[in-house]
Amino acid sequence: MATAAELDRPTDTLDAFRQEARAWLEANFPQSLRGKDNAMSAVDGPTEETAEQKQWREAMGAKGWGVPTWPKEHGGGGLSRAEARVLGEEMMRIGAWNPIGGMGVMMFGPTLLEYGNEAQKAQHIPGIVRGEVRWCQGYSEPGAGSDLASLQTFAEDKGDHYLVNGQKTWTSGGQWADKCFALVRTDKTQKHAGISFLLIDMDAEGVETRPIKLISGASPFCETFFTNVKVPKENLVGREGQGWEIGTRLLQHERNSLSGGGGSQGRMNQGEPIVSIAKKYRDVDADGKLADSDLRTRIIKHEMDQRAFALTLRRAALEAKGNAGPSAATSVMKNVGARITQDRAELAIEIMGMQGLGWEGEGFSNEELAQTRTWLWGKAVSIYGGSSEVQNNVIAKRILGMLDHQ
Amino acid sequence: MAALNDEQVMLRDMAREWADNESPTTAFRKLREAAPAKGFDPEAWSTIGQMGWAGVVIPEEFGGSAFGYLSLGLVVEQLGRNLAVSPLSSTAVAATAIAMGSVDGAKSEWLPKLASGEAVATLAIDEGPNHDGKVTTSASGSTMSGTKKFVAEGDGADVFVVSATDGLYLVAKGDGVTVSTRKMADSRSHADVIFADAPAQKLGGTDLTQAIVDRATAVTTAEMLGMAESAFEQTLDYLKQRVQFGQVLSTFQALQHRMAKMKTELELMRSAVEGALEAIDAGRSDVDQAVSLAKAIANDTLRVVSREMVQLHGGVGMTDEYDAGLYLKRAATLETMWGTASYHRDRFAKLNGY
Repeated sequence: MATAAELDRPTDTLDAFRQEARAWLEANFPQSLRGKDNAMSAVDGPTEETAEQKQWREAMGAKGWGVPTWPKEHGGGGLSRAEARVLGEEMMRIGAWNPIGGMGVMMFGPTLLEYGNEAQKAQHIPGIVRGEVRWCQGYSEPGAGSDLASLQTFAEDKGDHYLVNGQKTWTSGGQWADKCFALVRTDKTQKHAGISFLLIDMDAEGVETRPIKLISGASPFCETFFTNVKVPKENLVGREGQGWEIGTRLLQHERNSLSGGGGSQGRMNQGEPIVSIAKKYRDVDADGKLADSDLRTRIIKHEMDQRAFALTLRRAALEAKGNAGPSAATSVMKNVGARITQDRAELAIEIMGMQGLGWEGEGFSNEELAQTRTWLWGKAVSIYGGSSEVQNNVIAKRILGMLDHQ
Repeated sequence: MAALNDEQVMLRDMAREWADNESPTTAFRKLREAAPAKGFDPEAWSTIGQMGWAGVVIPEEFGGSAFGYLSLGLVVEQLGRNLAVSPLSSTAVAATAIAMGSVDGAKSEWLPKLASGEAVATLAIDEGPNHDGKVTTSASGSTMSGTKKFVAEGDGADVFVVSATDGLYLVAKGDGVTVSTRKMADSRSHADVIFADAPAQKLGGTDLTQAIVDRATAVTTAEMLGMAESAFEQTLDYLKQRVQFGQVLSTFQALQHRMAKMKTELELMRSAVEGALEAIDAGRSDVDQAVSLAKAIANDTLRVVSREMVQLHGGVGMTDEYDAGLYLKRAATLETMWGTASYHRDRFAKLNGY
């Protein structure tokens, strides 16, 4: 029986794959890059690639292991989930990391594989698989947040092309992106059925991005303005009016990756255990126990939550039995993940006191300054990708079958 | 649900079917009314024996099937859904103590009878109203003396697995053993048992005591999981049919979000409970941590779900006629049994060195 414990033990086939992965990684991962993955690159923006980083990205891209579970015919690794897990473990063992990611991998790629035509797949998938093209998401608008379907950006049919006018907001990485997958209105008379899924070049004439400064300081988010932007008709994915269906499917992939179900992206639980931070900043009694019993209890509750979440991710992977597609259950995971991320950050700044609220300059270590940013940045996780309230609506309606108010 | 093998799926489905057809909550109500001296229905127990559930964790050479604790948990969970009364959990865990213990004669004497449901065994561990690990019961040579409180299935047990200061002992009902019945809110058997120079055989040291208590705790969380799932489903069904203000209650967002949050907690609870049972089967070294994690989370979650079951049923939730109160009372008992959430959080912290 495949219990969670047994997943840790190599079976014959997995063992063979483990040897293969180990040998390949050792031969191809430049040791100088060991542990040098930048978890904050999404916030800080891309830096210029060194020769070694480029070599590593190209090697992984050619092997298809940047998107290990995607089909081989589209340049993916064609691995099973169990094999992908082994690959992740082997990378961790030698301090290697996946150089290929972003919204193309997490959200747009899987959606295009499902809804795109062959020409679109041939045009866009290779750039994603090799980490050569950056994608951003044109969904939210100033007047369309949780009520996304009220979006107004309009794509007017001009025969051979659409003329796009409107404004998007919260376009993560918009200032660095090459392309944008956007939800636009092609019909003003219908709410959901008037929405289409359109691919827009970010360097097209009439596209302008303005970065948004957040409570945590600089951010990857932009406002994006479209003024008479010409978009070729072949950039429409699916049918006109099918955008809501395609867009919500993409959101499921987004939630899946945000919940940690996407595999390699689950970074939220990394870092120093909260209890060891507590022992540095707070009093410990003669037995080595945290002296503040209320704080100790809350830390334990947090650690238990985290442990139960890890077990749940694992259980979900086991139950999926190779079916990697996201489900409504990802809403459950997203909310738990968000709660844990925020609890951790709140506990950390509370433990550190004033030392955990530094903004810049003298008197604070880099870790302390990072803690402030992490705490503030973390407030976004229960808002983006569908707020916790929206996820609770999804759980109530799609899992529990509770109906809308009539 | 953990990834189950075919035998486990069959076992789970059989247990669910039996619980739904033969032991719905109305069976519990009848038993509560009849209040038999042993605390359980001998016919139901005999059926459970015939179906092999009592032998799920007993080695094959002694008449069991050795399917392990995840399998036992699956059965206990299904019975827990309907508040089915049986000495299954107590007997199975006590049998494990005998099987893991060092008295060969006891294995051949008791295990086949326990596996077939001919006999009932239980654990006599606690000496006060809270499980806190304190033991004053002492053994000298081949007898033991002490008072054990709130012994689950104490009224019907034929043999007791008893903790003493230096480890775990086996004591058969008979000379030197006095059982006094306690009437408690959940209408189940929780007897006080006095041992006065009772003949005792030593099964093992305090390590064995701990291993057995951890198993008992894990099995209890499986029952709690079944109860929490069922209490939640019944509440959801109620909200879907109850009309107020001209609307079905389940259409109100405030209630939808409460249910969505409970559903989320239930997912974590299932993972923690199955995680503990799997840790036992895998013989992992951190069973104690996995068990404390499961019990603390099970306590918190079942508490929320059972209390919300009453609240969301409104006034009828307060009536004896509706099942909400039955779940509430059994839940509170199981929350206390084998340690409160605070106890397990503290233990978890100590095991992790903070």
